[in-house]
Amino acid sequence: MKKFNKFLSVAVASAMVMAMAGCGNTDNGSAATGTNAATESAAASDSAASGSVFKIGGIGPTTGGAAVYGLAVQHGAEIAVEEINAAGGINGYQVEFKFQDDEADAEKSVNAYNALKDWGAQIIDGSTTSGACIAVTDKTKEDNMFQITPSGSAVECVQYDNNFRVCFSDPNQGLASAQYIGENGLAEKIAVIYDSSDVYSSGIYEKFAKEAENQPFEIVAAEAFTADNKTDFSVQLQKAKDAGADMVFLPIYYQESALILTQAAAMGYAPKWFSCDGMDGILGGVDNFDVSLTEGVMLLTPFAADATDDLTQSFVTKYKEKYGETPNQFAADSYDAIYVIKAAIEKSGVTPDMSVSDICDGMKAAMTEITVDGLTGNGMTWTADGEANKAPKAVVIENGAYKAM
Amino acid sequence: MKKLSNKKMNKTFRDNLITYGMVIAAYVIMQILVSAGAVSSLIQGLLVPLCTYAILAVSLNLTVGILGELSLGHAGFMCIGAFTSAFFSKVMENTALPSGLRFFCALLIGALFAGIFGLLIGIPVLRLKGDYLAIVTLAFGEIIKNLVNILFVGLDENGFHISFTNTMDLNMSEDGQVIIKGAQGITGTPHDSNFTIGIVLLLVTLFIVLNLIHSRDGRAIMAIRDNTIAAESVGIHITKYKLMAFSISAALAGVAGVLYAHNLSTLTALPKNFGYNMSIMILVFVVLGGIGNIRGSIIASVILTLLPELLRGLNDYRMLIYSIVLIVMMLFNWAPKCIEWREKVAARFKSKKSVKKEAE
Amino acid sequence: MSFISYLINGISLGSVYALIALGYTMVYGIAKMLNFAHGDVIMVGAFITYTMCSTMGLSPVIGVLAAVVACTLLGMAIEKVAYKPLRKAASPLAVLITAIGVSYLLQNVALLIFGANAKAFTSVVSVPALKLADGQINITGETIVTILSCLVIMAGLMLFINKTKAGQAMLAVSEDKGAAQLMGINVDGTIALTFAIGSGLAAVAGVLLCSAYPSLTPYTGSMPGIKAFVAAVFGGIGSIPGALVGGILLGIIEIFGKAYISSQMADAIVFAVLIVVLLVKPAGLFGKNIQEKV
Repeated sequence: MKKFNKFLSVAVASAMVMAMAGCGNTDNGSAATGTNAATESAAASDSAASGSVFKIGGIGPTTGGAAVYGLAVQHGAEIAVEEINAAGGINGYQVEFKFQDDEADAEKSVNAYNALKDWGAQIIDGSTTSGACIAVTDKTKEDNMFQITPSGSAVECVQYDNNFRVCFSDPNQGLASAQYIGENGLAEKIAVIYDSSDVYSSGIYEKFAKEAENQPFEIVAAEAFTADNKTDFSVQLQKAKDAGADMVFLPIYYQESALILTQAAAMGYAPKWFSCDGMDGILGGVDNFDVSLTEGVMLLTPFAADATDDLTQSFVTKYKEKYGETPNQFAADSYDAIYVIKAAIEKSGVTPDMSVSDICDGMKAAMTEITVDGLTGNGMTWTADGEANKAPKAVVIENGAYKAM
Repeated sequence: MKKLSNKKMNKTFRDNLITYGMVIAAYVIMQILVSAGAVSSLIQGLLVPLCTYAILAVSLNLTVGILGELSLGHAGFMCIGAFTSAFFSKVMENTALPSGLRFFCALLIGALFAGIFGLLIGIPVLRLKGDYLAIVTLAFGEIIKNLVNILFVGLDENGFHISFTNTMDLNMSEDGQVIIKGAQGITGTPHDSNFTIGIVLLLVTLFIVLNLIHSRDGRAIMAIRDNTIAAESVGIHITKYKLMAFSISAALAGVAGVLYAHNLSTLTALPKNFGYNMSIMILVFVVLGGIGNIRGSIIASVILTLLPELLRGLNDYRMLIYSIVLIVMMLFNWAPKCIEWREKVAARFKSKKSVKKEAE
Repeated sequence: MSFISYLINGISLGSVYALIALGYTMVYGIAKMLNFAHGDVIMVGAFITYTMCSTMGLSPVIGVLAAVVACTLLGMAIEKVAYKPLRKAASPLAVLITAIGVSYLLQNVALLIFGANAKAFTSVVSVPALKLADGQINITGETIVTILSCLVIMAGLMLFINKTKAGQAMLAVSEDKGAAQLMGINVDGTIALTFAIGSGLAAVAGVLLCSAYPSLTPYTGSMPGIKAFVAAVFGGIGSIPGALVGGILLGIIEIFGKAYISSQMADAIVFAVLIVVLLVKPAGLFGKNIQEKV
């Protein structure tokens, strides 16, 4: 038993030492999230002294059930930062990027923001999830720090003048989906399967259902699932089938969509499928998934990992090389967010030695004047209320690849 | 005999003073450090959550430690307190009510509703025992979370509209305002709570719980815990005291919920903040701090809330290290062999000291 | 017709819960602890099979066997390091909290090794689906195999407990640890054996869970783990047939609740039924109601 106790005390001691080491890291702030070591550490070493780097903080869940989205945001931004630094930085200033975990929780997200503030962050790329993002907007407003969220799609994520976003807002997607289906006469009877415990999904569904009244189709079934109950979709599918729906609308993420498609195939139900940008990632986002099941799925998405343009291809190649995964739309949005930050800085001419608030004011004014060609849209512009102007592209999956509709 | 009980009273009195003193000292030290600018934003941002979790831990300790029943649904009561109070604050936001008074009313409403739910749930639940009781509290917590997630409440000139499906179902007039929006919850709750309020609420919670423990009622509750049948045989009204402890505990969790809701501008009922995960987390605070040990609950909740935040520098390994530290701390605090070993080490220190003294 | 297919879907889902609950109730009944890490052992089992079969291309039989062996060892190791030192702790809650720590640990280790992306688990079942009434009713091969496994495991466990010496020792330990020790039973060994068997069963449950619902992430096990806990309590803690019946009933209630009441309230309905059942039968469906003596 004595041995065991010894082991214990060693374990306690080592845990404490590691914790201390961790604190040390936070304090000096030089250890970024494991990106390009050479440029980063070089940049970091002289950062504190002269203020000659831009410090961008990212927030999102890297642990917990939503980790897949936060990690994508982190990785997408890291690639953009690396590219920018390799190409000489923004207006000659290098960029440092640090990402903090918020477990998709509002309170933790505020903690993550405060930790980034302590590190000296001047600009925020986040938060990844809507609820967390809304909580952080309050804090960035207080500090007047520039915040652009890659993927916070709830209306309130851009409620203040210092908040912008790269993705579409939820109502915007619901509206666009309903209009697209109606105008193109894709279906007459539609069933919706949505996540009633999720801000994104229920936000799209609400607007979709409202707009459906003005459209030539009818919603015959609206079935929900929750975060705690998302393995079995047989009832939802059965109800859609019994209601005679010729199309099922899935305003949800691809992880659940993959299960729904599998279970529908198993029960021999083959309606048309229509989805939003959350579906992006279904090709390659779920390891080992049988993509033949996605044949004919239609979705409105700003990003396609297999697009043939140079920008997308180089991004996807780098991403796969570095992280061994196919990037999803979150990664693309985050990549674009960093380039939007770059464009706004270049336009406004702010410098890292200015105060956070001055940087924010400069960038805020510049946001409505810039045009960015990114992964998720060409010629994106922003309005002062924080929304991006870009058109969602409708694609259909054919032979395991997106095809424009 | 009289002397003995006097001495005992003094001891508990002193013990309680230490607990209050600890909280007040922590408050004073933090205030000084904050005004000196020596506290990082991260810690400053954590001050209110720390109070929230400390209140939760103390309130759950009343159920687990003093009443002796395992509850896995404590987050449900917090959820009720949070939503009812945030709802009230949101409705009253644009009225002439001054913000201090509004928060005070919100506080009373949150505590009251959580307490009523505690009473209503307690009546059936407290008939059960042990793990069966635990799972039923877990079930109630999950039901609350599930229902709050699909609750839509709107306000227009015709009064309140409630629906359990979606906003269209509310049949609101054009200029109506939807206050609780299902999964999107309540956004824009006024930011009324701060560290001082948090500490005051923690002190009030401590005052209520410590006074209850050392009162006649508290001794009755502990008698039920130690031996239900014996307690019943000496004429203690079992149901009454069980319900009393349970609903006070729920109301205090509601207070924590009020604090939580008014610290963030968004309130959603996620598995993470109001699900069984949170209930279990609060239980972890209580058990690590010592079952029935009120001061321990506060310390444990502070340590375990700070720990993952201080480990942020470890990035990907943060939660991994956190889980290991949790296991190690549990073993260190609870394993009989570890306790024995600790005592031995402590004894050795003491004997060394005394040897030294003798040598001098 | 849709009623029958709902019923079958309910049984499919319930059989998975039942399979998990069997392992759960075994540990629960004998070691008298809520093993919150059980769901995560399930996840580990599924990941091992996934790695062996989908990544390395080995045959499903090897994959499942490897998962069972690995989870058995894992279960024993967890018991030895995290639970055993606390067996004589002043409160039974201490070990519950350590189990939560172990649960976090397993989730985070899996997150670091396998990443957060969901994996589509290739079914290890090659039994064809059973189609009745012109394909209107469809019973998948996974369901058939899961139900058969449940029955075999239940029978095996009952035989083991009632007919073998080790099984009798388990019963004795579950009744009274002290008395069992006085009778010369190796209590530590018996409890370790219980964990070994329970964790081995968890591996089987994990593989079949992910075969039926092919989405595997580091958090796959936690919700089914809680549901299985509910199922075990439903049937009566420690009762092996109770776990089977509880699991299947839970599945059917969940599906019927979604189908006939509201899909938004599915969780609330399941838990409400549980509460009603426990209020009527405070020790579950098959539980023994022990009268307390003065």
